[in-house]
Amino acid sequence: MKRFLPLMVTFFIGIIVISSEFIPHKPFSSINAGLENWFLIISGFAILLGQISLIKVNSNKVYIKAENWQYYLIGLISFGVMVLCGILWGTQDANGILGSHVDLSKWLGSKPFVYLFDNVYQHLSSTMFALLAFFIASAAYRAFIMRSFESNLLMIAAVVVMLGRTTIGTSFTAWLPQGWRFLHLPDVANFVMNYPTNAAQRAIMISAALGIVGSSLRILLGIERSYLGGGD
Amino acid sequence: MNVNKIITNLISLLLVLPFSLNAVSAFVAKDHPSDDGRAIDLAWNVPDEFTSVTIEKLDSTETWFALTKTASTVSDYVDNDGIEPGLNSQYRLIAKNPANGDSLMLSTQITSRAQWFNYKKSPLLFLLLLLSGAVIYYILSARRGKELFIRRINGLESMDEAVGRATEKGKPILFVPGIGDLDDIQTIAGLTILSQLAYKAATYNADLIVPVSKSMVLSTAREIVKEAYLKAGRPDAFNPDCVFYLTDDQFGYVAGIDGIMVREQPAANFFLGTFYAESLILAETGFGTGAMQTAGTAQPHQLPFFVVTCDYTLIGEELFAASAYLSKEPNQLGSLKGQDFGKLFIVLLIIIGSIMEMSGIHWLKNILMFE
Repeated sequence: MKRFLPLMVTFFIGIIVISSEFIPHKPFSSINAGLENWFLIISGFAILLGQISLIKVNSNKVYIKAENWQYYLIGLISFGVMVLCGILWGTQDANGILGSHVDLSKWLGSKPFVYLFDNVYQHLSSTMFALLAFFIASAAYRAFIMRSFESNLLMIAAVVVMLGRTTIGTSFTAWLPQGWRFLHLPDVANFVMNYPTNAAQRAIMISAALGIVGSSLRILLGIERSYLGGGD
Repeated sequence: MNVNKIITNLISLLLVLPFSLNAVSAFVAKDHPSDDGRAIDLAWNVPDEFTSVTIEKLDSTETWFALTKTASTVSDYVDNDGIEPGLNSQYRLIAKNPANGDSLMLSTQITSRAQWFNYKKSPLLFLLLLLSGAVIYYILSARRGKELFIRRINGLESMDEAVGRATEKGKPILFVPGIGDLDDIQTIAGLTILSQLAYKAATYNADLIVPVSKSMVLSTAREIVKEAYLKAGRPDAFNPDCVFYLTDDQFGYVAGIDGIMVREQPAANFFLGTFYAESLILAETGFGTGAMQTAGTAQPHQLPFFVVTCDYTLIGEELFAASAYLSKEPNQLGSLKGQDFGKLFIVLLIIIGSIMEMSGIHWLKNILMFE
């Protein structure tokens, strides 16, 4: 019964969702939106589980003085400060239990929660994103090391596309006559992006879509049940 | 010969007659086909002498308001604003010719109905039934004991190697299910692999770290790992805190995992699920720590990053095939064979479609194009 009931629910809900794709009549037309709302409601409750896990794991590390425990403490304090600011003075659109506290907001320029979000969180988030630029450079270096036919091909294609997207690259082939326009670097770059790259990406997407059909069927038919926690 | 000509002329006359009559002046409202009753198609055909055509609708306060104004005397319009199935809608057409002061008014009304089948999606239903039929057929074949050949997927074969390596080095295994929630099939595919990985980790007594970014994934992943430890006969070794929540934020999640990778130095990293801009930040940091890395996603734009930085990459469908492949159960392997049939069918469809398009025959493309 522990397995049977979830499997039956999965099967019926799956069939209803698939049917709603082809049946525009009520109640099928509105069932997807309803189910999405259910998911949001359940997610709302589950958020509490996440917060409890966060506090428990970090507190434990601080309590047993694990290596680098100070960082976990900073994490907990940051979490607490944001929650308190939100509860006491509210977020951007909602008031907190102390109201919007105009004086404090005037002094900071915005509500404390929004101030911390804009001036701390956003900058930290941008910093992490900015790391991508350096990682792309190091990853590209490794990818373009010429050690096989494929990596040579990759490097040539990458150089052509990069040059084709820059002004200097465009000027390299600007002197070519109109009849030889197909060798113009921006055109070659566009060709590489529009045909071989697009074709490969579509092939991946088609195969992934087939994989999704297979996976969904396995789940709907109850053949794949490891997402329920176990095989039997 | 003459008889044929007469019949042809008669057929042509019959076909043209309704349009000829319409050409005099016509304003028609039709229920929009294959919809939920929230759209009405309007079409009009008025003489060319009119230079402006206004379509008006009667609203709930019995006031006429303009829907559209055009100079086109033969045209159509889809009204999908505030239409309710079962409610009557009234329209009128006002055509004017300022040069001679002529005007024309035509009115029509209709009650829209929700349809029970969206015929525009018939090709999609046909493809779905065909692919599902193939998957079910091969599952049944496998159940009857038919031997099925499934090609080797190196990324999945590496799982034993990764767990063995982690065990030998006494370092943990890091599993990252991506930033998707449970409503994303890629996350579910990643979690089914986690089940197998946790079982192996429990068997070989290797530590597992599973940081997640969504609370729903947290409870599911924790239950999956717990069951895997139970299945391996080592429930005592299960540590519920090995699956923990970091943050919902994309880059906060990355920062947290990067910190774990640098501090804990896992022997093997698995990135299986939905990944966006964080893919390279994660995988490149993992590469820097010297961990053996396996990644898998169906996001085509992130795959190149994984290919460059990881030892093994599951590309697209391989991520979804992983659970079936690892379980070695005939039922599940049968479904993989069904997917292969789907691929063969799509390849044939692409080849036939390309040839037909190049030959100027467009019906295949037209029937496969739906809203």
